[in-house]
Amino acid sequence: MITFERVTKIYPGSDEPAIDNVSFEVPEGEICVVIGPSGCCKTTLMRMINRLIPITSGIISIKGQNVAKMDVIELRRGIGYAIQQIGLFPHMTVYDNIATVPRLLKWDKKRIAARVDELLSLAGLEPDIFRFRYPRELSGGQAQRIGVVRALATDPPVMLMDEPFGAIDPINREVLQDEFLKIQAKVKKTIIFVTHDIHEAIKMGDKIALLEAGRLVQYDTPENLLVHPKNRFVKDFVGADRALKRLDLLKVKDAMMQNPVHCHMDDDAEVIAKHMKENQLTFLLVTDQNEKLKGYVNFYELKDHLGKVRDLVKPMTITVKPEQNLKEALSKMLSYDIGIVVAVDDDSRLKGVLNTRTLLSVVGDTYDERGGVWGKITQQGSISS
Amino acid sequence: MEVWHFITQNRQELMILFGQHAYIVSIAIVIAIFTGVPIGIWINFNKKAAEIVLYIAGIIMTVPSIALFGIMIPILSVFGHGIGSVPAIVALVLYAQLPIIRNTYAALKNVDKNIIDAGVGMGMTRSQVLLKVQLPMALSVIFAGVRVAVVMSIGIGAIAAYIGAGGLGHYIFMGINQTYDAMIKVGAICVAIMAIVVDYIFGIIENRLVSKGLRLS
Repeated sequence: MITFERVTKIYPGSDEPAIDNVSFEVPEGEICVVIGPSGCCKTTLMRMINRLIPITSGIISIKGQNVAKMDVIELRRGIGYAIQQIGLFPHMTVYDNIATVPRLLKWDKKRIAARVDELLSLAGLEPDIFRFRYPRELSGGQAQRIGVVRALATDPPVMLMDEPFGAIDPINREVLQDEFLKIQAKVKKTIIFVTHDIHEAIKMGDKIALLEAGRLVQYDTPENLLVHPKNRFVKDFVGADRALKRLDLLKVKDAMMQNPVHCHMDDDAEVIAKHMKENQLTFLLVTDQNEKLKGYVNFYELKDHLGKVRDLVKPMTITVKPEQNLKEALSKMLSYDIGIVVAVDDDSRLKGVLNTRTLLSVVGDTYDERGGVWGKITQQGSISS
Repeated sequence: MEVWHFITQNRQELMILFGQHAYIVSIAIVIAIFTGVPIGIWINFNKKAAEIVLYIAGIIMTVPSIALFGIMIPILSVFGHGIGSVPAIVALVLYAQLPIIRNTYAALKNVDKNIIDAGVGMGMTRSQVLLKVQLPMALSVIFAGVRVAVVMSIGIGAIAAYIGAGGLGHYIFMGINQTYDAMIKVGAICVAIMAIVVDYIFGIIENRLVSKGLRLS
């Protein structure tokens, strides 16, 4: 969808190229996060796409069309452009801000009004309250949301986003990222997303383009970047805790044991107790007919009980969702000091069980530093040379 | 008391002088705005021109006002307008332009680069960026320049009487010549009142024109 072919940028009066022979392709509907240390020209790379910065050599094309050959004003109007919160026009209301590009494209008033309302709702902001507010009457998070939906106004297939969540506190940033990913799942834009935050990159990116001093060092999925860093620089950049960062990437469903053993509410306590004794189970999960989790039973209480399991069920308050990432799940397990947690879906149907052992093995899986160049250290004691 | 007496005695003449004063100043200000603002915009696109224009305007400001009026006489007498309202207006325009040009230039220069970038990036043409983004955002600073120019022109306009353009300065100069205290006071007070009232009116216009979004803090 967006293709860079041997793109180079040398600023006048400079010997060193700012962007050095960069080639990569962003497939349609994906988010490509451009990241790198400050001064690596990641913003330059993005701004070359809508020709805010002219390139020295190479070709950038969108849907096979060379951007250098397109009318620059038309090109820009066809690309959503979102920058940090300050990019909102302070003298215009929220309505006028969002209506900017539709007005440039001469949409009629009714269509603009409908579109503004639609986008405000998409951003989770009540149109009747926010329509005629000014940017300075908004909180940082609200302004940022407006900045993003403004870029979506004409439903462009391509979006450029330059640290769109940069000026936001970490908590609200997470919320905005989640919201944005939800929106993206619906609208499926092809997005170039610039950030300096590796966490954000891992979370948002379908692909990550890591730049160092204008060169593209690695262009890969977040997973591969963490597991197979190409060189020392990438390794350092993703950080010593990159194994932990994989927790962000992996979902509970990737690590949970599916279809765990359980019994039903109307089972006989005696039968279940016997079964538990045979299998040396101290606890057992209990569901109803529809496989909805009801709680758990304890062998020692169950073994002398005559009747149904339902009489002894204790509710289970701490659960996770299969779609949650492992970091949240692990954090929950650590804060409640539990070694095992049950995964249920939105209808509280039992989906699986996650314990620390499976969790660690999944994270450690394919992770080269388990052994790495050291080989597997199995022996104790010291090696004398 | 004496002042009041003078005013009631010379009501009609006072009105005429007041009118003359207002006439000279308003013509000068209108010309200064319609030349100063475009010049201020133009020099934004041309750094070299900006240096030269601001330098010249700065020099004109350093010429004592009374001397500037004096210079106008030989220059404009070539065109047959040596004395009267024409040289007064020309001198006032030259004076009033500096704050207007300088503020327009500075206001446009100081519009946040990111916001201009957003406009350009969304596909605005250069003139759309100027009209829809830069000027609305710069308006209050431009207005501040205009207000300075207006108040200054009303004050300096008093000197216009010296080269026969009339206006409230007439009373001040006559009063000094005749050591007639009340006459000086009436002239001075009227100039001051005119300046305050006009500045106030411009303040109201500014509030109307400048977006509410920019006045919020």
